[in-house]
Formats: sequence, structure tokens, C-alpha cells
Amino acid sequence: MIDEAFELPRPSKVNYINAQYGLKSWLLTRDHKRIALLYLGSITFFFFIGGLYAMMIRLELLTPQGDLFHSTTYNKVFTQHGILMVFFFLIPSIPATLGNFLVPMMIGAKDLAFPRINLLSWYIYMLGGLITIYALLAGGVDTGWTFYAPFSTTFSNSYVVAAGLGIFVNGFSSILTGLNFIVTIHTMRAPGMTWFRLPLFIWAQYATSLVMILGTPVIAITVLLLAFERVAHVGIFDPALGGDPILFQHLFWFYSHPAVYIMVLPSMGVVSELIANFSRKNIFGYKFVAFSSLAIAVFGFLVWGHHMFVTSQSVYAGMIFSFLSFAVAIPSAVKVFNWTATLYKSSISYDTPMLYGLGFIGLFTIGGMTGLFLAALAVDVHLTDTYFVVAHFHYIMVGGALMGYLGGLHYWLPKISGRMYPEGWGRFSALVIFVGFNLTFLPQFVAGYMGMPRRYHAYPPEFQVFNVLSSAGASILGFGMLIPAIYFVWSMRYGKHAEANPWHLPGLEWRTQSPPPTENFETTPIVTWEAYEFAPPGETEVIGKFAGELETA
Amino acid sequence: MSHAVTKEVHHHPALQHHFEDMDQQREAGTLGMWVFLVTEIMFFGGMFLAYTLYRSTYPFAFASASNHLDITLGAVNTGVLILSSFTMAMSVYFTQIGKSRPQILCLVITLVLGLTFLGIKAVEYKSKYDDSLFPGRLIPNRPFGPTVAQHGDSDPHKLHLLGNATVKQVELFYWIYFAMTGMHALHMIIGAGLLTFLLYGSIKERYGPEYYSPVEVIGLYWHFVDIVWIFLFPLLYLLGRHFEHG
Repeated sequence: MIDEAFELPRPSKVNYINAQYGLKSWLLTRDHKRIALLYLGSITFFFFIGGLYAMMIRLELLTPQGDLFHSTTYNKVFTQHGILMVFFFLIPSIPATLGNFLVPMMIGAKDLAFPRINLLSWYIYMLGGLITIYALLAGGVDTGWTFYAPFSTTFSNSYVVAAGLGIFVNGFSSILTGLNFIVTIHTMRAPGMTWFRLPLFIWAQYATSLVMILGTPVIAITVLLLAFERVAHVGIFDPALGGDPILFQHLFWFYSHPAVYIMVLPSMGVVSELIANFSRKNIFGYKFVAFSSLAIAVFGFLVWGHHMFVTSQSVYAGMIFSFLSFAVAIPSAVKVFNWTATLYKSSISYDTPMLYGLGFIGLFTIGGMTGLFLAALAVDVHLTDTYFVVAHFHYIMVGGALMGYLGGLHYWLPKISGRMYPEGWGRFSALVIFVGFNLTFLPQFVAGYMGMPRRYHAYPPEFQVFNVLSSAGASILGFGMLIPAIYFVWSMRYGKHAEANPWHLPGLEWRTQSPPPTENFETTPIVTWEAYEFAPPGETEVIGKFAGELETA
Repeated sequence: MSHAVTKEVHHHPALQHHFEDMDQQREAGTLGMWVFLVTEIMFFGGMFLAYTLYRSTYPFAFASASNHLDITLGAVNTGVLILSSFTMAMSVYFTQIGKSRPQILCLVITLVLGLTFLGIKAVEYKSKYDDSLFPGRLIPNRPFGPTVAQHGDSDPHKLHLLGNATVKQVELFYWIYFAMTGMHALHMIIGAGLLTFLLYGSIKERYGPEYYSPVEVIGLYWHFVDIVWIFLFPLLYLLGRHFEHG
């Protein structure tokens, strides 16, 4: 480390945000950081619409009888909630925003390997989104986000083809993002940035990208064949045409189960960063955490049959899928135990990102453990298509994926925008979201266990108490989500200016100014330190200290 | 990581700003194409799965329908594609050693062979259209409805059903046939577009021993599309020949 390393880079006048102005400079940008912001804006939009649908569901379910919607409308509401949240929010959420922003910065590269393809992926995402919005406005879809044949191919009278086309197109944005990350991580690491010096967020992004490139093409061809089947009456899924609906389920879940790992793996990466950095301690068992990401990606491809235990799938296939589903819990548990072990005798600070990180551990554990119930063949027969399943996957997708996303946004906001969020409000909203989330979904476990089926707009009155609790929790959760939305926008203008390294951390992304310059670092960094190698505050080596000033002079 | 340490004195005009040197850029481009081809395998994989399932369920229907395909045209097309793969590989080689004229010639031959394949494919599709073998309502005013040959009738335009095969099962074969060969043809058309792009760049003398990755990478794509056909030809055309002659 060099002697004058105590001085951190001063806020430079030129950074990636103000390097160029005008709409064109954003819409034609090839800067991964700007593209990340384009994604951030658009996925927030889809999240908001998906959230509105969630509110409608919770409103309808407040009372046992169907009084707000007709059952056909309700079918569309939960379908559209699912499609928007899964394909247009959760899957792109962390990779396309935080991943896009941070993958090059964390490995010391100037950009992703294919900047034009990166921009293209955003346009493809928007095109897919527009087609889907057209489907929603034209009359909606009522097949459930799972599009099961033959209902979707033959019997449904809704805009299945348009929605399917939207998902087909959107899939390619996911494929291109994954491809870009894999190539970037392989070929663009700075000198000295060996594989085992990579931050665990990068390992998680790498594993996620593997799932994206291996799984997404399968759903693409499946949805395409489904659309042809509906339009041209040719088919391999509809039994009336000689096809097999179980084939559709196999192909669908071959992607859609790994897709759950596309959602939660990046969050695990964020949480690994949060736990290590906010307890100021090297992560316990770095290689185990790193390889557990890859293990989850690989095992995740071998468990899809657990969605089909009550279909005509053979009992022996069921037993194997059940066993493998139990096995996938092992790498997940490795992570949870290693995070917990990292906390032991460390110097923990309870800043907002850390609250989300700790929240993730608890909620993901509940989500994962209830997954074991569903992986058990006999128990699953009872629980299939009940609210138990709904509660389980929301614990993974909201309690896991969304918590990690919010934690990551708070953590890296100073780097992204150059401003701090208000810490008090941050902690308050993290608590509100945690309480609201649990109140929403814990009662659903009970209702589901007692036999309340999913996807109905009306239910027997004995389930009302759980649904009232759940709807109350959903309003608290929704309120909790609004708080960060408001103070993030507020902080863009009024937030405290962020230093280059506000959390005093060793990661590469903190060794350049906030917000970073267009090429991320003034000079290509040479990495001489391990991941999470903590130095006393202020002693972290900085790259290209005053170059920002020289540029403006 | 040695490429990142050695700094080049002067940059090649094709070097993009975010790469350290040409080696790194080429490595990224090649790996990118390989990863893309993996996604393509998965994309076609879904259809191969459907093929496997229904071939094992309806073996006689698949044999009957396969016998109706034109094996000569299919075989010629296979040869055409293998030859085009050879000329593509030669084009990459000539780029690497900096021989521009044979490189362009090889590209032109590859393109012509690719278009020949598509032409023969179109002839095949036309005869399937004439025999009303497009499944379902794929062609709106020409629904699936082949004439089934009676015993002893050897009219090649009629469908000869073997064993317990039914027309409906044959329709399923033809849907898989058109889905797979259609998707393959679409990839060929995209490939022809990419070759045209390469040809334009080669005439402008953009590629050479220091910068050949576009030729190499598009070559990889071209070989992949050929390999898909190498699988499609036996799986679709060569089924149940022993039934026919037995």
C-alpha cells in the first residue's frame, strides 16, 4: 500500500451521470452503469404494476365471498400479477440493475464484454414488456403464469399468444445478460483479480448467468410452440391433437424451477457481501459459499419434477425428484450456516443494508425449510395447490429475492447516485417491510395447511381470519415499500453527498469516486488483496486519486 | 491474464475502448459465441425432447411419415452443408494467414452453398404443400389432409401407413418436422445474412491476421447450424427404412 493512501478521491465533477446530457445520451448509451439505471427505472415500473395486482388480490380475499371481481377477472388478476412479477421484475431485478452496474466494477473492468449487446438486451426487455402490456390492456390472460396446456392452447379465451410472445421476447434479454456476464467474468478481470479473489456477489452472478443461458432457451421454444399450437391448431401438448400436456409441464418447469434460482442466487450474492462487509470480517468459508452458488445452479436443474408429483409422472421419477429436491437444500444451508458463522465474534453494524441482510437469512430459512415439506412426496399430495405453496415461494421470492434486492440498493446507492439515503428512515422502512411481510405470508402457511386452495376468488368462511391478517400485512408491506421509493427519489437531490468509500470497505467498487467515471477507474487497477481483506478505516488503497480533477482542469 | 499486463504501443483500429488489447477482445468474442451456441443447443433441445417422446410413442407413424420425405434431396442437402462447412473453415484459415482473395472466394462459395440448401429445402416444402402435409392450419386454406394409399398402391404422393400408424400421429411428425427444419432454415437465413456482412467487410479489407475474430466467430455459428442438420437428417429422413423393404 502506498503512503499517501489515506486521502480518498474527492467528488469529481465528471462522472458517468453528468458526462453527457440529453435523452439520446441515455437511450444510445453503451455504459453498463447507465444501462443499469435504464433497467432500474423500467423494472420498478413493472414492479409497481405487479404490486397493484397483488393489492387487488388481497382486497378480493378480504371476504370469503367473491364481491370485488368475477371469478374470470380474478383469474386474470393473479395471472398478471405472476407474469409481471416473475418475468419482468424478479428475474431481471438484481442481475440487470445491480449486476449490470457492479460486475465490471467489482472485477476492475471498464465495461461488460459486449456493451452494445447489453444495450440491446434492455431494448429487448422493453419490447417484451410492451407486448405483455398490450396483452394486459387488450383483455388480459387467465391461464396462471404457468400457462398449462391444454387450457392455454385450446380453452382459454384470453390473450395467451400475446403474453407468450412477450415472455418469449423478454427471454432473450435474460439470455444476453447472462452471456455478457459469463464472458466478462472470464475474460475481463483486472490483473491480480484471480477467481478466488472475486467478491462472492460475482460468483453468485456467474452461477445465475449459467442458469439463465441454460434454462431460458427452453422456455423460449416452449412458449413459441405453445403459441403455434394455439394459432395454427398444430401441436404436441394438447391431447386432442395427439399431444401430451405433461410434456408441456416438463419443459415449462425445466426452466421455471431453475428460474427460482435466477431470482434468489443474486440475492444470496448480495447478502454474502452485506454480511461480510457489515460485520467487517472475512466471510467464513469463502470457497464453500462460492461453490455452493454453483452447486445450487447445477442441482437446480435436476429438481423440476417436484412440481409434478400429483401428475401422471411415474412414482420412481417422483422419488428421485424428491430426493434431489432435498439435496438442493444442502448448498443453501451451507450458505446460511456460513453467514451465521461469519457473524460470530465480528464487529456488526446495523445499518439499513445489514438489516435487510439479516432479514434475508431468517426469511430465506423459513422459505427453504417449508420447501422441504413440499419436497416430501406424501406431504406434497396434501399441500399441492394450497396456500402453503403460495406462502412458501413468496418467502423465497419476496422474503429472499426482494429483501436482497432492497438491501443491495441501499448498500450501493452511494456508489450509484453519489448520495446517501436517510439512515433513520431506511432502518424504519426495513422493519416495517419485515413485519408486513411476515404478517402477510405466515397466516397463509396455516390456511394452506388447513386446505385453502390457491387461485380461487372465494373461500369457505373459516379461512377468513387468516386472509384478513394477510391482507392487513399486505397493506403494511405496501406502505413499507413506498417509504424507500420516496426517500430514494428525495435523496437524488437532497441526500448527503457520498464519499468514494462511505462504508470503509476493501472492495474494488469502493476504490473509485462516487459516482464513478464513465470508464470506472482512472487507471486499470492491479489487485493485490484478497476479497474481504479489511484494513483500518481510511487505509484502503485508492486507484487514480486525483485524476478526476485533472480531467476537469 | 498476461494479455492485460502487456500494453500495446499502437492500437489496432478495430480495438474497442473497453478491452486492453486485441487478444482479450478476440478471447471475449470467441467465448461469447460458444456461450451463445450453448443456448442454441438448449433451444433446439426442447424440440429434440418432443421428437424423442413421440418417436418412442408412435414408432410406426414416424416411420411412415419419414418414408414420405425425399431422402435424395435430404442427402444432397447434407452434402451441400458439409461442403459449406469446409469452405467456411478455409475462409477462416485464409483470413488468419492474410490471403484476402481466396478468403473472399471461400466466403462466396459458402454463401452460394447455403442458398442452395435453402433452395432445395424450398422445393421439398413445396412438394409437402402439394401433398397437403402442412399440419393443422399452419397454411390457413390448406389444412392437413394427405391421401392415404390403399394396399398395393405405390403412388409416391400418397401416404403409406405402416403398422398401426394413424394419420393424426403422422400429423404430429410433420409438425415436429416443420418446427425443427423451419427453425433450422431460419438459422440458415440468419447465417446467410451474417456471411453477406462478412463478405462486405472482407471486400473493405477489414480482416486479416491481426483481426479475424468476426470471421472465426461467424464460422463457429455456421458450423453449429450445419451440425444441427447432421442430427436432423438421420432423425427425420432415415427412419424405418427396413419397414419399407421388409
